[in-house]
Order: sequence, then C-alpha cells, then structure tokens
Amino acid sequence: MSNGMRELLLCPPDYYGIEYEINPWMSVARGAEAAVAQQQWKQLHTTLSELHCEVHLIPPQPRLPDMVFTANAGLTVGRKFIPSNFRHKERAGEQPFFSNWMEERGYEVHWLPDNLYFEGEGDALFGGDALFCGYKFRSDIQSHRALADMLGCLAISVELVDPRFYHLDTCFCPLPDGGAFWFPSAFDEYGQRAIREHVTDLIDVLPEEAMHFSCNAVVIERDIVLPEGAPQLVTQLQDRGYRCHELPMSEFIKAGGACKCLTMFMPQREAVP
Amino acid sequence: MSSETIELRGHIIDSLILPKVLDQILTHGANFKITEINIGRKRADQSFARIEVSAETGEALDELILRLRQQGAEVVERTNAQVASAPADGVFPSDFYVTTNQQTFVRLDGKEIEVSPAMINSAIALDQKKGTARAVKFFDVNKGDEIVVGHQGVRVVPVQRATTHTDLFQFINTTVDADEPKSAIIRGIGDELRRAREANGKIAIVAGPAIVRTGAGQHLVRLIEAGYVDRLFAGNSFAAYDVERALFGTSLGANPDLAVARGGHENHLRAINMIREAGGISPAVHQKILTGGILHACVRNEVDIVLTGGIRDEGPIPGVTTDVIEAQKVMRTKLADVTHIILLATLQHSLAIASMLAPDVKTVCVDIDPPAVEKAIEHQPLQSIGLVTDVEPFLRELADCLTDSRVRD
Repeated sequence: MSNGMRELLLCPPDYYGIEYEINPWMSVARGAEAAVAQQQWKQLHTTLSELHCEVHLIPPQPRLPDMVFTANAGLTVGRKFIPSNFRHKERAGEQPFFSNWMEERGYEVHWLPDNLYFEGEGDALFGGDALFCGYKFRSDIQSHRALADMLGCLAISVELVDPRFYHLDTCFCPLPDGGAFWFPSAFDEYGQRAIREHVTDLIDVLPEEAMHFSCNAVVIERDIVLPEGAPQLVTQLQDRGYRCHELPMSEFIKAGGACKCLTMFMPQREAVP
Repeated sequence: MSSETIELRGHIIDSLILPKVLDQILTHGANFKITEINIGRKRADQSFARIEVSAETGEALDELILRLRQQGAEVVERTNAQVASAPADGVFPSDFYVTTNQQTFVRLDGKEIEVSPAMINSAIALDQKKGTARAVKFFDVNKGDEIVVGHQGVRVVPVQRATTHTDLFQFINTTVDADEPKSAIIRGIGDELRRAREANGKIAIVAGPAIVRTGAGQHLVRLIEAGYVDRLFAGNSFAAYDVERALFGTSLGANPDLAVARGGHENHLRAINMIREAGGISPAVHQKILTGGILHACVRNEVDIVLTGGIRDEGPIPGVTTDVIEAQKVMRTKLADVTHIILLATLQHSLAIASMLAPDVKTVCVDIDPPAVEKAIEHQPLQSIGLVTDVEPFLRELADCLTDSRVRD
C-alpha cells in the first residue's frame, strides 16, 4: 500500500461484451450496450479514484470480454498473488495476462494445483479473522484447503446453491467492522449457519435488492460503492455510518457482474489475521 | 452392502462440512463410521476425518459418493486383503486375521465378499476361485488353504442402533440387576417372542440344571407346549436332572417336597440307566417310560434337542455329543438359523453358545450371578438383555404372559 492508499486493479471494458453464456444472467441475444458499459465503467473508475484509492489498469485483450471482471483474476494477500484456475474455458485465457502483469509488478505468484478450480476474489473474501470461500458453481472446495495451507488462515467454506449467485461476491460482502451484508438464500443451510457463527452483525439483503447485485460492492473503509437499486440496504448501511455510492451497473449485470466483480484488491489484506 | 472410505480435510468443523457430510450420508439411507478424526487445535489448524461409508447397493453408494466429492470428500483407494497359505493342517499362518462376531467383509479384486458365518475368534479362509470367504476354526483348516493375514482389505460393520423404531433390546441394552423391577421387561420379552414366532423366527433355549432343581421346569414345558421353543441346547447333566425328576421326582436324590427321598443319589444314576436301556430320550418317550419333564415335552412337541457333554458327565445319555470339537460343529450348525436365544441359568453352556452367536441374534440371559450375565452378553451389543434373577420367577412370569395355562402354586 502506498501512502495508506488502497490499491485496486481494474480493466477497461474495451473488448467487453456478451459473447457466450456461462451464467444465468448472460444472454448473447440481449447483449450489452458498449457505449453505456464504457460510461458505467468510467463512473466506477472515477468514484474509486476519488475514494483515496490508487487504481491500476491492466490492458484489456481482444476475445477475452470478461477480463473486465478483474476480481476473478486471483487473490492477493500482502505481496502474494494466487492466480485463478477458471472453470470455464471461455475465461481460462485470462489467467496468463493477470499472472504476468502481477509478476511484473513484483508480486510472488503462488500457483494452486491446476486440477482445482478457483476463481479468485470472486469466491474468497476476508471477513473478520476468516477467509470466507464460496464453492460449487465456480470454485472447488478443495481449492479452499490449498488456500488455507498457502496463507495459514482459517478458511470458512460455504456452498452456493442459487446459480444466479454463482460467486461468493455476488451474495456476501464483508464490512470492516466485522459485520457483513448478504443474501442468505444463496447459501445452503450449513453455509448460512457457518456465516452466522462467524459474522457478528449480518444485514440480510431483500431478494429484489439482491437481484440488483447490491451485494457486489467495493468497500473502502467507510465508503461503499454498490450498484443502484437497493434503497433499503443503503439506508441500513447509512444507519451504521457508511457512505454509499450508488452506481448504474445495468450493462455489467447483463453478464452477471457489477462493482466488486470489476475490481480486485491489491492486496485484499496486508497479512492474514 | 457396499462401502468406501472417504477422507475430509480442511476447516471442516468451522465450515460445518463434517456435519453436512454426515447428514448427507444418513439422509441417503446410508451409514457411516468415523474411523479417525483429528481436530485442529489452533484457529488456522485444519482438521481431518476418515469416514467409512456403507450403503445397501453399489449404485446408491456411487451416487452418494458423487455428492460427497462436491463437499471435498476424497475416496481412499482400497486395497485387497492379503493372504498366506496355512503351513499345516490345523495351523494358521502366524499373522492371521482374528475375527470378531460382527459382520465382516474382505476385499478381493476390488470387490467385497462377506465372511460367513459371522463367528468370533476365527480366521478367514478365502476361496479365490469361488469368490467366497469363510470364518474357520483350527480344525477347519488344511495345509495350503489361503488365510487372510494382517488387517488390509478387511472391513467390520458393527450392528447399528435402529433409527426407525424402538427396539426393546436396544432400549434396555444393559443388565437388569437383582433389586430392579423386571415384570415390564419380561412382558416386553414376551411380546418380542410372540412377534418372532409370527415372523417365523427361530427361538432357542439354552437350559441349565437349575431350571429343574428350582422347579421351573413346568413353566418351560408350558412355553414348549405353546410353541415358543424351536430348539433346546443343554448338557448331559441337564438331561440327567430332567429325567431323574420325571422318573423319580427327585434331583440328585433330593425331593422338593421331602428332605431326602428314598434311594437318594442313586436315583440320578438309575434314571440315566433307564434312558440308556431304552436307547435314548426319544425312544424312552415313545416306550412311555419317560412321561413327563422338559425333554419329554420337547419330544412330544418336536423341539430339536441338542445335547453336548462335559468331563464330569455320568452316562452319557444316548444322543449326547461328547467329542468337544464335534459338539462345537453341531452347535454352530444348529445355531445358524436361530433369531432369538434365551440363556437360562447355565454359565458354561451360555458362554459356549454366546461365542458362536451371530451379532444380530436377540439374546436374553437369565442368571442369579451378575458376572455370569455380564459375560454371557458382552459380545451382543445392542441385541441383548441380561436379567439377574432366579430362573424360576422369570420362566413363571414369561409363561404366564405367553400362555393361557396357569400353574398351581
């Protein structure tokens, strides 16, 4: 971290578009408006830059439309970068670009065994003193064990059961005070119990607000950048003293992503708890 | 029954993966046994569990394992059982696997074969051609037979507690001491025997001489006449007591009504002699020499009588198997289809029988001596009830609740 600023990695949406369907949100027929997507992404970039963040940009690559979702590049802890092993071949091509870029910037790249699927920050979020990890749709639970070994931290594995919320960061957002907001029915009963046991203050997000990807938020200390369309959640967060920055994200939600999916922390944590 | 061993690693306690996996096993109608568990002590420490999963069919198991893999379960590769040749007739290879009386499987060419019969303190002989596994005693083994050695590829499935219904044996599952009430339990045993008879179960009695000496024989006769006894196991001495009582009204010369009867101890030997002269128990009944008693009732009601001998026997009474190895074989054969067994007031005979029982045989042991009861049922967990009491009130109450007949006091 330079000057106490959070460093973030974003990727301009120059080649972004719905070119395949690998989650229930995607429809090649419906597509995304390129110009609107550009505008929405720029607004996110501006908002994050104004929140005392140093935003790095990785050059986008043709034929890798989802590279814009940098959260899935990997997980960064301190100077360690653990690249993803994408489940879908459509995204597997992103991996070398992300790992080379991180390595060039001096991060130690630690590889997971390549038979274990893991989709980076999309399925691995620190909350309190644990690393919460989602599994089933994209990441394998076995990858969590390997992560816990590499990082020496407690990894709480939670099963995702709703295909619309296929990554952990689409339904769970930890807060710096140890709390979190989440959409409980995206998890199975055991996952819900495990989260309740490890997170003190949980804000349940209404189904209609969760559908606007409101859990897919970037939290920078007391500032929360989230998609618009979740008035009740915003009120609850404001009651807890958070400043909310609501952004239009319609063109990215068409691909099953929003603010958090478009952002990777460098690092997410300085060190493991 | 099919089984696999799975391993779970990671933060399986904090993530509730272990309870989830165990719940999934049970909700699929399968069973599990945790064979090893190692719980991390510090927060970041990972935990480990090795779990044996068994299901009714191979397909059900495969489907379940597929689901468990999604939860991170890794299937442990199973190895085949190791075998060595018996070095001589009647001798096992030195590292032979010693059986329990629990259901046991051995793995051969990736397939599990059930060991038959489930017999304690035996070795396992494999017939690779036929694909069979047999529990064998020393006298059963011939030079060159393939005997399982070590523990690899051997799996034991203990009797599980029933989860679908209340079972008297599992509910009590202990010894009822002399100073505890027994009526309700005896009635419960009565109900169980009634159900066993309706379900074509086989009920066996193991009888000691105390039944005759305490005057409880008449109650056992009522049970025999009502059809609650399919087979009677006893020693030569029981038979001698029973016929002495039937022929002279005495036991070892003593009469329940008089202090000492005429003839005294001689009656015992005279009774044995009369049966020997008649050619055995059954001929004595048919010649109307033997007209009462327990064995008489057995012959009249076509109850299978299995008599075996001991060192101190007089006689023996014809039909008693006196060769101990032969006696073991006969008893094992006669126990094979028994579903319920009642061990009555005979420590030595009860222990001999108990060592031959399959683990799922419902067992009741009645004896006045608490350690005798404990010992006789120790190998039948979840399937046995022990009652510390005189055998006479037990049989009286059991016969009262199972038969319409009443005996004058």
